[in-house]
Amino acid sequence: MARAEGGPEAGAGGAGSRRLTWLLAAPVLVVLVWLVVYPNLVVLGRSLVGPGGFTLSAYHDFFTTRAELEAAWSSLWISAASVFLCALVGVPLAFLFARYEFPGRKVFGALAALPVLLPPLVGVIAFLFLFGGSGIFTRIVQRLLGMSSPPWELQGAPAILLVHAYTMYVYFYLFVRAGLSRLDEGALEAAESLGAGRWTIFRRVTLPLLTPSLSAAALLVFMTSMASFSAPYVFGGGFRVLTTQIYASKLSGSLPLAMVETVVLAGVSLAFLWVLRRLERGREFASVGKGTAARRHRITSGWARWGLAAAGAGGVTFLLLPHLTLLLVSFVPQGTWTTQILPHRFNLASYAGLASDPGLLQPILNSLEMAALATAANLLLCFVAAWLVVRRRFRGRGLLRVLLVLPWALPGTVIALGLATTFSVDRPALGRFLLVGTFWILPLAYFIRNTPLVAQAAVASFRQFDPTLEDAARSLGAGWATIMRRVALPLVLPGLAAGGTLAFVTALGEFVASILLYTHSTRPISIEILAQLRAFDFGKATALGVVLAVLVGGAFAVGGRWLQRGELLGG
Amino acid sequence: MPHGAELELVRLGRTFGSTAAVDGLDLEVDRGEVLTLLGPSGCGKTTALRLVAGFEVPDEGSVRFRGQDVTAWSPRRRGFGMVFQNYALFPHLDVFENVAFGLRCRSVGDSEIRRRVGRVLTLVDLPEHGERPVQQLSGGQQQRVALARALAIEPPLLLLDEPLSNLDAALRERTRTELRRLIKELDITALFVTHDQEEAFDLADRVAVMRSGRLRQVGKPEELYDAPADAFVAGFVGRANRLPVRLEREDGGGRVARLPDGTVWPLPVTAAGREGGRGPAPDEVGAELWVRPEDLELRPWAPESAGREVLAGKVVDRRFRGAVTTYRIDAREAGVLEVNGHRDAAAPGDRVGLAPARGAAMHLFGAGTDAPPGGWPDEGGEGEEPETESARGGRGES
Repeated sequence: MARAEGGPEAGAGGAGSRRLTWLLAAPVLVVLVWLVVYPNLVVLGRSLVGPGGFTLSAYHDFFTTRAELEAAWSSLWISAASVFLCALVGVPLAFLFARYEFPGRKVFGALAALPVLLPPLVGVIAFLFLFGGSGIFTRIVQRLLGMSSPPWELQGAPAILLVHAYTMYVYFYLFVRAGLSRLDEGALEAAESLGAGRWTIFRRVTLPLLTPSLSAAALLVFMTSMASFSAPYVFGGGFRVLTTQIYASKLSGSLPLAMVETVVLAGVSLAFLWVLRRLERGREFASVGKGTAARRHRITSGWARWGLAAAGAGGVTFLLLPHLTLLLVSFVPQGTWTTQILPHRFNLASYAGLASDPGLLQPILNSLEMAALATAANLLLCFVAAWLVVRRRFRGRGLLRVLLVLPWALPGTVIALGLATTFSVDRPALGRFLLVGTFWILPLAYFIRNTPLVAQAAVASFRQFDPTLEDAARSLGAGWATIMRRVALPLVLPGLAAGGTLAFVTALGEFVASILLYTHSTRPISIEILAQLRAFDFGKATALGVVLAVLVGGAFAVGGRWLQRGELLGG
Repeated sequence: MPHGAELELVRLGRTFGSTAAVDGLDLEVDRGEVLTLLGPSGCGKTTALRLVAGFEVPDEGSVRFRGQDVTAWSPRRRGFGMVFQNYALFPHLDVFENVAFGLRCRSVGDSEIRRRVGRVLTLVDLPEHGERPVQQLSGGQQQRVALARALAIEPPLLLLDEPLSNLDAALRERTRTELRRLIKELDITALFVTHDQEEAFDLADRVAVMRSGRLRQVGKPEELYDAPADAFVAGFVGRANRLPVRLEREDGGGRVARLPDGTVWPLPVTAAGREGGRGPAPDEVGAELWVRPEDLELRPWAPESAGREVLAGKVVDRRFRGAVTTYRIDAREAGVLEVNGHRDAAAPGDRVGLAPARGAAMHLFGAGTDAPPGGWPDEGGEGEEPETESARGGRGES
């Protein structure tokens, strides 16, 4: 049937509605161009301008300095290696929990997805206490081998890779699990009936059908690794990557170099995204028929059954160990855990400290306030933007769509440096205001970073509901505002709330942009954790981490029912 | 209905990309009349309806309602009630709130809302269902809620976009009758879109047949059936056999049609009388004679009558349809024809004769016309129709 019969165009049309479209689209586009594109242009401009006008000297410096090139190369290969390692952990786990039925499958299957909920910095800290030079696991090995010094130091590339694999396997796990649950069991049975063996089925049917999931996960891991700051910052030692170089250059005042590093990092990220999108084009497989739901293979043999259960439970426990360690250390009084394998004295002193010390309470309140503010702005902007993208056809729609994903492709460090550069002067005529050093800069950064997350959720929800509902409301006499309030909002609320919950949680634990932009009075939790760590007050650092995790858990408990309905967490 | 035109579509046109979904549509709907837009998928009928509703803005032409040009009006300002094909019920509201939606938009007071919602729900026979979530209703009930919601705002014009197509066959027929009764009872002017000819005939006072964005014919169901304006309408409205014929003039001056095997059928007097020089010339080769299955008659096989007025053929198939029985007759060069007859007029394998029934309606169209008998026309051909001529016999007494 031709689209003349009111297909996707439904609801479009009308001279008055065109005015409305622009009335809404113009401010949304202005805000996004101003906050997403403009700061990057300022950075690009600054990287090309020296005291004497246009110059490429900063680029010359970058491309002739060995350390800089090494950092760029390290960023690239660390990201590639992270993709490989994460796939190695995540894909088998996904197969295990999606395709086999064994005792404890549900519980452990859900737990395996948990690391996605925890702020990266908290995970990184937890690693320190587990695998660091004086970590629990390290000491066990040291004692077993009877060595006088730790068998390893958690430093450099291996440490970064370990953390990446540990924290980012979740993307592969979730994506592949979702892909497997969408897999048409009929296709597998057809292959079997045609005489294909297990391995052939896997290679010729399952794997090709999973390609979209795998490449999406690979893209996400690569981009996240490229943008990763916490792990290289805490464990890097002398090992340099681009994100940490930007931070170091900014601190040491070599601003032109910081600009160039930022441009390079942004360029590499965008180029990779572009290449992968090109490769992906036309590789989406839509299931042809209705298909039959995937069935799980019930393992009947007793030992295999329990073997799988043990493997699942063991694997998951191992993956969650860092977080358990965090909890453990938070109960340890300062200075009581010295050379023992496990701490032996526990109390609530660290938590009492949090409650009594306003200096420790402040960051928690800061984070809550800033995250709430940023999320509220995200919800408002993304609701309108998603409606425009899904329901309207107008010039600028393509631009709007790009602007809504762009911050996702830009590493947090890049966004932060853009903001730090653009909003450090007060030139209202150029759209630049003095925001650095004020309360507003961090909520602004969180808002930009989380826009893609909320926008994606909102767009998906708008796509799900039938546009004729809006037509029906119009024919019954509802104006635009009424339609939005009484029809659209209630229907997209689950998806919007799910996106909002994720955005809030992400903002709550944000570290990468914060470290470049915070001021003492507006420091978020993550910065305070780092400060306590630096002061060797591990109890307070981990207690803050636990508080953060609890806040995150609380947000998910509130937003959980929407998350389930929004199916953002997959199976 | 001698009320005068309520709704007027004047040279209405709407193009999507390079496709003219609606092309120069002229149509009038009288007050209190139910008019059906009938046509195959993609013929532009839904777009026409959306133009009337105000969801689409025409590229050209205008929509006039009660003498006022409403082309630029928003759907809200027009206030026409609409029933959607998929019902478009608000899933987050219960039955009552769905029906009350339009009233709340009009700031009607609470007690008045209760009264009016109660009334329309009673009207559609769902008085006790107000608090039910709409997802819990059956398809038929959802359809009635959608109707109640459109009626609650007491619209001056009711638009229905294939409202019955999601119901199963039995329910569809029952709902059809109910819908017709309701619309007539409330004396509402209604514009109804469907691709189902039976539905169109059942519901409408008048039917407008559309194809490729253009109006082909408007008229009462009987008019369309007995005197289709062109081959498309003839094929779309009911079934028809299509016979290649040559037109000849008999010695007496009357026109006859010569079938491929030499059989000669006299054309009804009216056909000749209507000719007026526009029809195919008597000696022209490429004409087609269209005859409906009920306008042919099965005769016992008699070799001596063959070639004169009786077409020889063999029964290949017999289908019992209740009220009638349809026979498929292989008439060699003339093709396979469908004939309605008594339930035991013949059996497969029998040799039979075929002749026009007394007072049969026969239609003469130029060769290569675009609708196969009884089938849906394909949507490819956009070109001008060949000249057509309707030849109609008096069906008075039969």
